[in-house]
This record gives sequence, C-alpha cells and structure tokens, in this order.
Amino acid sequence: MLRSVGLESPEELFSTIPADILLKDLLAVPPALSEMELLARFESLAAQNSAAARPSFLGAGAYSHYSPTIVDALIQRSEFFTAYTPYQPEVSQGTLQAIFEFQTLVCQLTGMEVANASMYDGSTGLAEAVLMAERVTRRRKVLVSPALHPEYLRVAETYVEHAGVELQRGDFDEGAGLSSFDEAGVDSETAALVVQSPNFFGCVEEVERLAEVAHKAGALLVVCVTEAISLAMLKSPGACGADIVVAEGQSFGVPLSFGGPYVGLFATREKYARQIPGRLVGVAHDKEGRRGFVLTLATREQHIRREKATSNICTNEGLIALAATIYLETMGRRGLQEVAGQCAQKAAYAARRIGEIEGFSLPYSAPRFNEFVARAPLPAAGLLERIADEHNITGGLALSHYFPDRPNDLLVCVTETNRRSEIDALVAALRETRG
Amino acid sequence: MNQPKASTHITQNESLIFERSQTGRTGYRLPALDVDEAPLDQLVPARLRREDDLAGVPEVSEVDVVRHFTRISTWNYHIDLGMYPLGSCTMKYNSRLNERVARIPGFANLHPLAPERDAQGALQVIYELQQHLAEITGLAGISLQPAAGAHGEMTGVMIIRAFLDARDGATEEKRRHVMLIPDSAHGTNPASAHLSGFTVKTVRSTPEGQTDLDALRELCASNDVAGLMLTNPNTVGLFEKNIREICRIVHDAGGLVYMDGANMNALVGWARPGDMGVDVIHLNLHKTFSTPHGGGGPGSGPCCCTRELEPYLPVPRVVRDDDGFALDYGEPRSIGRVKAFFGNFGMHLRALSYILTHGADGLREATEAAVLNARVIARELTGEYDRPFNDPPMHEVVFTDKRQGRKGVNTLDIAKRLIDYGFHPMTIYFPLIVQGAMLIEPTESVGRQEIQQFVEAMRAISREAEETPELVRNAPHTTRIGRLDEAAAARKPVLRWQPEGKATAA
Repeated sequence: MLRSVGLESPEELFSTIPADILLKDLLAVPPALSEMELLARFESLAAQNSAAARPSFLGAGAYSHYSPTIVDALIQRSEFFTAYTPYQPEVSQGTLQAIFEFQTLVCQLTGMEVANASMYDGSTGLAEAVLMAERVTRRRKVLVSPALHPEYLRVAETYVEHAGVELQRGDFDEGAGLSSFDEAGVDSETAALVVQSPNFFGCVEEVERLAEVAHKAGALLVVCVTEAISLAMLKSPGACGADIVVAEGQSFGVPLSFGGPYVGLFATREKYARQIPGRLVGVAHDKEGRRGFVLTLATREQHIRREKATSNICTNEGLIALAATIYLETMGRRGLQEVAGQCAQKAAYAARRIGEIEGFSLPYSAPRFNEFVARAPLPAAGLLERIADEHNITGGLALSHYFPDRPNDLLVCVTETNRRSEIDALVAALRETRG
Repeated sequence: MNQPKASTHITQNESLIFERSQTGRTGYRLPALDVDEAPLDQLVPARLRREDDLAGVPEVSEVDVVRHFTRISTWNYHIDLGMYPLGSCTMKYNSRLNERVARIPGFANLHPLAPERDAQGALQVIYELQQHLAEITGLAGISLQPAAGAHGEMTGVMIIRAFLDARDGATEEKRRHVMLIPDSAHGTNPASAHLSGFTVKTVRSTPEGQTDLDALRELCASNDVAGLMLTNPNTVGLFEKNIREICRIVHDAGGLVYMDGANMNALVGWARPGDMGVDVIHLNLHKTFSTPHGGGGPGSGPCCCTRELEPYLPVPRVVRDDDGFALDYGEPRSIGRVKAFFGNFGMHLRALSYILTHGADGLREATEAAVLNARVIARELTGEYDRPFNDPPMHEVVFTDKRQGRKGVNTLDIAKRLIDYGFHPMTIYFPLIVQGAMLIEPTESVGRQEIQQFVEAMRAISREAEETPELVRNAPHTTRIGRLDEAAAARKPVLRWQPEGKATAA
C-alpha cells in the first residue's frame, strides 16, 4: 500500500508534521493484551467493586430497576450501536423512527407537547433548561429549590456562570420536607422556578401550587425528575402546569454503570419548540408520499447557527435513549404502573419498619414515592459503614456526603428489585447497629 | 429513472409501535408484590397522582417489541456492514470485546454513590485511563467528566476563562473577551465559546488550507485575545505546519491555545498536542478510541490540559493516595461540575479496553493505517474530483463537486448515489470554507480491497454524472424511501405521534 502512494516508509506519511514534534519513541503504553488477558484484567478490577455485588438501598439520582433481557439484546444489534448520528435519513430510518417513538413516549409520560431526542443526562438537561428559561423570558433571575439534587445544582451553577443568570435558593420546610418560595421574591425579574419532584429527599412536591406562583409573576416553572419511574404514578408535570420538564431517564432499563452513560429527557410546550436545545426528529415524506423521519428544526443548532445556537450540544445519548424506548415499550402501560406501584409499596413498608426502630425517626410528613429520609440516633456515615462491613448491605446514602449539617440523616431508596427479605435484613441491621 | 422500491415486504413497512398497540397486551412479568399492600391513597393522595391511566403508552407483547426493533434496525447503515467514511467522525470498528467489558456485572451494577472503598476497581479504571490519555496527548491534567466532544470543549474553554480571570483579574476592564476561531472550525467551537462568555472573531485560512499567520498576528495585536480554538489536523485534513509558531503568537499575546481533538486519529502515537504548545484539548473517545457512536451518542469528551491549568479542571478529580484511589473535591479554583457523577463511565471502560488491546505498537500502527488509507483515496480520486488543496492529507481528504457541478450534479447527489453502491456517504458541505465539500475519512478499519471498491464507486458516479446525470440526481434508488422533503418537515414540524384525529403540528 505504501508504495502505491509513492512512499517508502511509514514515517514519510507524517512528513508534514515538523520533525521536532514528531515522536521518536513509542508511547509509554503497555504492550497489547490478548482477549483472555484483557478479560482477566477487567474481571479482577470489577471484583474490587464490592458494592456492586450486595443488596443496596442507594438512589439519589441513580436507581436500580429491573431491565427486561430484550433491552440489552436489541441495543447490541450492530445496526443500532455502530451507526452514526442520522444525518443521511435514507439509511438511518431505524434510528430516526426509534427517536420519534422516544420523543412521543417522553411527551406522554411528562404530559408535555414537545420533547427532544435527549440530552447527556438529567443534570446537564436541567442546566440547559435554566438557560432556555432565560432565552424565553429574557429575565435573569432563577429561583432554585434547595431540595434539588446537589450535583444538578452544581452543574447548573457551572453552566450559568457566564450567561448572566443569577441562581437564588428558595426555602425549605423542615416539617413537610418540601421547598417553598417567598412569593414576594418571585417577581418580574424572575425567569423561572426550578423544582425537583419527588425532591432530593424523596418528598412529592406541590407542583401545581408552584406553577401558580411562577405563572402569576410571568415566570416559567421548570420541573426536574431524577426517578423517572415516578412519572408512571404521579400527576404529570405537564398536567401540573410545568413549562419545561427535564428528567434523568436512567431508571428506564439503563444500568447503573458507576454514573453513566445515562440519558436526559427534555420536554416543553409547543410554543417553545424553537427554543429547545438539542436534536429533534420530525415526520417527512418522500416524493412518492412514503412516510419517513428526519432531523428537523436544525436552524436552532450549532452547525448552522454557530455562536447563536440554542446550545452547543451536537449529539444526543442515542443508544441510551433507544434502551429507554425499548424498556418503556416492553414494560408498556401496565408494566410501568406495576413497577411504580411496587416501588411505592415497598418503600412505604421499609419506611414504616425503619420508623419503628427505637431512636429512628422519619422527619418529613409529605407524601413520598420510593425514597425517604430516616434520621438515626448516631452519625449515618459510620452506621452505614458498619452495616456494609457486618451485614453486607449498602443501607442508603449518608446525607452528610452533600450536607455536613445533616450528620444523622440517611436517604433510603427502595425499588421493585429489593426483596422483602432484603428490607427486613436492613431493618435488623439498623436495629442491631444503632447503639 | 425512478426504480421501484422494495416497499411491499412486511419488514419494510413496520409501523410506529403506537400503531401496533392492542389494549390488554403485555410483554413483561414482575414477581408478585411481597410486602403488605397499603391503599394507594395512604401513600400518595389522589390529587398528586396521574389521572390519565397512562393512556397512549403502548401495550404490546415481547415478540412485538423484538420484531419491531429488529425490522426498523435493518433500515440503518452501520459500521459492521461496511465502510462509513464520514469525515471528522472517525467511524472505526467497535470491538465486541469492549462491549463485553462494559457489561461485566461488577461495573454495570455499580452505583455511582457507592462508598469509595467499595468501588476501587472503577476508580482505578478512571485513573488508569487518565494516565494513558496524559501520555497520548502530552498533557498532564485530565478530567473524564464531560459527556461528549462539545461538552469537553465547553469545559476546556471555561477553564481558559477561569485561568485568565485568576491571572488578569475578573473585572470587566481587565477581562479578555475575544476567542479566535478559524473559518474552517466545527460549529460547536463558536457555540461553546459563546456559552463561556466569549466574543468570537474569525481567523481566515490561506488558499493552501492553513491558518493565515498574518491574519492571526493582526488579530492578536489587541490585548483582548483570550485564546485560539484550533483543530489539528484541521478540518480540511491538513496538519497545521506552523503549529509551533501559531502557539507562540497566541501565547505572546497573552492568550491560550485550545485544540479541538476531533482529528486525533491522525496523531496518536506519532505526535502529541502537548509537545506542540497546546494548552488544553478535548478528546472524543467515541472517535479516536472506538467507543460506539450508538446512532448519536453516548459519547465521552475528556478534557486534557497542562499542569498550569490542572487546578481549574472539573471536580471531583480521581487521585491516587496511600490507601488506593479516591475522589478529590478540594480544589477551590475548579470551574465546578459539568455533569453529575463522573462522566460516561461505560465509555471509559471501552476506551481503556481499546488502548490495552492495541498497546503502544498497535496505537501507532492504527494511526499509520488511517493516514495511509486517506492518502490512497486522495491519490486515486484526484483525477475524477476536484481537490482544493495540494498538500498531502492526514487521515481525511476533502474534494468538491466543482467538476460534476457543470452537469448539474452536486455534492448531495453524489453522496446519495454512494448509498446505491453500498457505502455510507462521506461528510458533505463541511467544512463551510470549501464550496460543495466532500470530506472523506476511511479510518484504519478498512482494508485495501474495500478502499478500492469505494474508489471504483466514486469513479463510477463521476462517469454517471457525465453520462446519466438524472440517475445521480434522483439517487438513492435502493433504499426503502427516497429523499425526504426536509424543508416541508421544518415548516410544519410533527415531532410526536398522536392518536388519529389529534395530530397537531408543533
């Protein structure tokens, strides 16, 4: 091959690179491993992740749900996972139709009119929602619930740093476990109220009331959902009056995978369709009138609008959105309701049992879905460490991880994958370890 | 010339899943609830619950779902089927072994908030990948948090902003505002610069396809230049020969150099951005390091920078200490978080697997093969297609439709006709500075035979453009649908399915 292009040595291929920056030696990367060696290497690394192998009550933005076998089997088809962004619609109809179904499902679940082809994840989706609220309202103040996932808030802070948007925190009702906003502070400068429901502490927010507060001041209501299974049971954000809804879609059959890749759901009202960030797929027809799908409304996007684009995002989370689509269609209307019902029932059972342990309390009175805060009679971090060591259970998240002023609180999440025997074992472990 | 499509076959007419839904059909089974069931009203009052009974969400069986997705999947072109020569996208083979690695239960079932001491294997994966990427780029500071190229780019530009503010002061009069971007750049560059609060000024290219040094010097004469965002090799496939000088000019003007790493597949094992004078770069693990594109994500866009800029990287950083691997949240100069948790970890696993299965030798050879393949295409097609730049290309080569255009056949037509020959089209109409651009990147994943088949297809299309231009203008002829009316779709967008009679446009 080299000679066919008139060259004698591979080095000549790189003759346009100045000699003083051309590497003389091989990179300090170890020699190639065979398949067997590689698998052994990764298996031994995986074995050090002892937390992956034990019963767990961790939630807080990433949830353990059952994923039907066909979800992973279908996303491993070469046609899906080795395809590119569907720029050439004639040879990408599989991807495009799947995204159109995804957009429809997101609209149905969130109760909104328009959804995009997905964002990187829930946290970046939320940051983009804040920026979009500023574009729509031309206002710069955004009031954020203090019960928002702390990592989502950090991401939003980074994104708005140079956008001239000011994030202000609302209040928190320590009795109910709900966010509240001083209505006097929601004014003509306010672009949006941002609220997560169920909130970070597991409590279902009064979203309809918050929508009224926002709308009275001409502001938008942005609703964020980290546990998307809750959408199958709780009143949809759209029905509550939300203007932008973002959600983390990992709950829809996507593995925990140490935090990613996940998929962000992003939906809004029809009137804001042209302000939405990211990809959109729409219906189109060929000359013979056959229905197909194309990427559309691209004039919002960076490859055309450059610095005036609605976002710098140029892909979505295609394969993960596909996994979510397959999950939602396989579980279907009744399956999603049953999963949501089991989550709520099992969490209620766990909450009741933990609340009965002497010295433990459940500080918040608001209704919850599948997560709740339990207050222990001793620091939660040490308690959870002991339960992991002595009982081989990850009992939840010590809230001191994010909030040093909550040393004794733990956030417990229960899903359909937690058997009653695991819940009982957690309760027994907490009782035994409490003092 | 409109040949009939294979449109009567059942697999070519799969409807939307919503149109297949049948009330009462299910495709799942859960274990029976094993705790005492409480009345729902006791858990969540009715006023907070859905009233629509999830109407519209599909009700289908398992086999319905499997057939549905299997059928529509066959409407996609994909790497496993053949050459996918999208310039700037690096569509290389995605190893099944890497997929297997990512699915090992000890990784796939690991919660991101698991205690650090019980997730040491995952932290080591991140740490080791950081080390390898530092070696490959010659840049010591690495964050794997960004989820995609554009995301890594935004991170890099925000780091420049934070560094300059710390150095010069963040007051309005002290702040530098201008980000220089060549006219050949990806659209994400100006979008990311804007998101980070910069004003964009364009640097023009020379007729030879290189950054114009005089223009750069002129723009750098002001004291307002924060930096330059440069792709190297650039988007016309040429190595920026004056890269050292370019970096010097920008540095002398007090700015920093950001390199878009989209084209790193031309450099790995042969040259390192850090040695060129670049301050910060993003990589695309889904391009250079073979993590699958997945029909448009998930990607992963690590941000790599000099020691000087390292304190500004997103937190947490994965570090090594006496007890093993740990998350470090402590750096006060950090730009903050750009994503929840630690980035697209599943992609980190695949990229590490790619590096380890290639080794130092294999990484260097892959680059060599990628460049050689592009060189062969450049040589073989120069007789048929106009090639606007004479310098030998790196891993991708740009042509135009200038000659075919005389017969009324344009780049879009050529791209669509390539589908009939069994190839995915190349990148078209990019970069914007080349009129009617066709950007071809074969990657190292094609052998000599397939390169030759591609060359012959391109030559045949060039002949058809002369002899039967209508044939090319109406392509593709072999797909289940023809060219779609994208303008009409954007005028009256239909972005979701609605039950009969409820269809509205957005």
